[in-house]
Amino acid sequence: MNKRPFSTPSLFAAFARKEFYHIFRDRRTIMILLVMPVIQVILFGFAITTEVKHVKIGLLDPVPDVATRRVADRLLASDYFDLARVLHSPAGVERALRRGEIDMALVFEPRFQRRLLRDGPARVQLVVDATDPNTAALFTGHARQIIADAGRELAPPAGATSLAAETRLLHNPAMKAAYNFVPGVMGLILMLICAMMTSISIVREKETGTLEVLLVSPARPLLIIAAKIMPYLLLSCVNLATILLLSVHVLDVPVAGSLFWLVAISLLFIIVSLSIGIFVSTVTRSQVAAMLVSGMLLMMPVMLLSGLIFPVEGMPPFLRGLSCLIPARWYISAVKRLMIEGAPVTVIAREALALTCTGALLVALSIKNFKNRLS
Amino acid sequence: MTAAIEIDGLAKRYGAIEALGGVSVNVERGEVFGLIGPDGAGKSTLFRVLVTLLLPDGGRAAVEGLDVVKEYKKIRSRVGYMPGRFSLYPDLTVEENLRLFATLFRVTVEENYALVRGIYGQLEPFRHRRAAALSGGMKQKLALSCALIHRPSVLFLDEPTTGVDPVSREELWEMLRDLKRQGITILVSTPYMNEARLCDRVALMQSGRFLDVATPREIVERHGRTTWAARGEHMSRLLLDLRANPAVERCFAFGDRHHVTPRAGASMPRLREEMEALGHRQVEIRETLPGIEDCFIQIVGQQKQEA
Repeated sequence: MNKRPFSTPSLFAAFARKEFYHIFRDRRTIMILLVMPVIQVILFGFAITTEVKHVKIGLLDPVPDVATRRVADRLLASDYFDLARVLHSPAGVERALRRGEIDMALVFEPRFQRRLLRDGPARVQLVVDATDPNTAALFTGHARQIIADAGRELAPPAGATSLAAETRLLHNPAMKAAYNFVPGVMGLILMLICAMMTSISIVREKETGTLEVLLVSPARPLLIIAAKIMPYLLLSCVNLATILLLSVHVLDVPVAGSLFWLVAISLLFIIVSLSIGIFVSTVTRSQVAAMLVSGMLLMMPVMLLSGLIFPVEGMPPFLRGLSCLIPARWYISAVKRLMIEGAPVTVIAREALALTCTGALLVALSIKNFKNRLS
Repeated sequence: MTAAIEIDGLAKRYGAIEALGGVSVNVERGEVFGLIGPDGAGKSTLFRVLVTLLLPDGGRAAVEGLDVVKEYKKIRSRVGYMPGRFSLYPDLTVEENLRLFATLFRVTVEENYALVRGIYGQLEPFRHRRAAALSGGMKQKLALSCALIHRPSVLFLDEPTTGVDPVSREELWEMLRDLKRQGITILVSTPYMNEARLCDRVALMQSGRFLDVATPREIVERHGRTTWAARGEHMSRLLLDLRANPAVERCFAFGDRHHVTPRAGASMPRLREEMEALGHRQVEIRETLPGIEDCFIQIVGQQKQEA
């Protein structure tokens, strides 16, 4: 009967093309897939910033002298700190902080210069709102460095007897937030597109009943699923390229290490995320459920535990252990090393291994879970 | 030669609900076999077991001599299945849908075009229109074309006429008779009892059981009782008054008339007089042939009494 039997590749191509139609004919889908990543990168790059810049300083200097002026000038000379108010009492410091008129107060003790030059040690106090501890630590750390420099200039330490630690910021000397979030956003976006969009698109066929019709055919269901995820794989690669181009040319975050291995580890992560998507589709029945599972169970942990928002190193041991189960954590860590630190590929062997194992496990689970029948 | 579909004591449960309670029937090759019953009778479940989408809990079934459990892969390439709800891609065009399903079965639209010409021909002018924008009747014709494009030997149509306008419904049945002439076995379900007469044989289905299996004519002969058709000015009030009358065993709305099953010894003129005495005007009662629906209600009523 079949004079010209269709080959498996052409069946694969027909279903991949069909999926492209689904994607490109739905404005919302195409927005999520191609526009949202760009917006996210730009948003994270310019709007959400944790950099120290133009921090409003309140100055409380009861007895101004040459030394206090020198220290204050040094601090305020940089782009980082701006003088917002001159204060006159400790109570004023608190009030100004509470009203948000200043972000940090610089408080000198009286007779600062004399102490600095004769009685030693002269004291200066930094008062900061520590509600957001990360920001507070960032501000004070920066200010301390500048104050210490100024102090050394005013009263050079006698000989080699004094010990001073000098900080050098490697890989990101300007402390730019983009260096931290670019890997995070890459992990987030690839995860979102691959896992969420594929799981939704597969479950949609369950919901609309088309899967029912597809099953009653000689085609192998896994072949159809593989064809379905093809477009998402390609679009993920497009997004990867977009994010890298944006980060290099717009956010000035260069690719310090090997681009080849960066792309390789990204492809590995994309495959892992796609298999997460397939797995989610095998355990959910409706698009809403698929979105909730990939949204709540995958996105939230990725945001919170992968180091995108909170550093993994600072987490309690339990959460750190939990974060090991999240593929995005390994990917983000690998990207940080390859892209930002420019480390050789051998350094990310552990990350690559973790991703490979997760991917293999998920593919196995999905195949085992995949039903050739309904229910 | 084996029957096209053999069903023997087939049972299926969903938890506590018994969807199929052990049904048996043989559908012959080239037969148009109808499953007639209300929603929830178990028609769709039976379809899904036969097209290998669900595993039965008991009994056995075979399509073209192939077991639905063990040889499900072979069955899948031989049957055409059209589920109860529209199951094509709404965002693909008419032509894209048809081509996709042809590819799925590894055939070309061209090689089997002759089979679908009668049906798809009507859709040709709209072939670049998205399936979502088609009318209910058009959608079903497209779905039927897609289910036929690989020239199946057995066609499973789950409520193909539900939600379709009367003209398209008529056309769809005409198409089924065409397909029968080409030797295709058709198992079709419908909640519309009056469509039963268009089948070679029907199974009346209720609560997962077959009430009876026979030709539509036999069903009427076996279960049909004297039936009167009544109409008047106020149909809804008339229905209540007829039901309340001691001479009436059963009465239900049937199209623009009420079908009355009178008790033995009831007289038609007297019933009319009694209705007129209750203030009904232009009451008209005459003898009519009982339909499948009358029989169905008759059988269900009998079973309730026995239970």
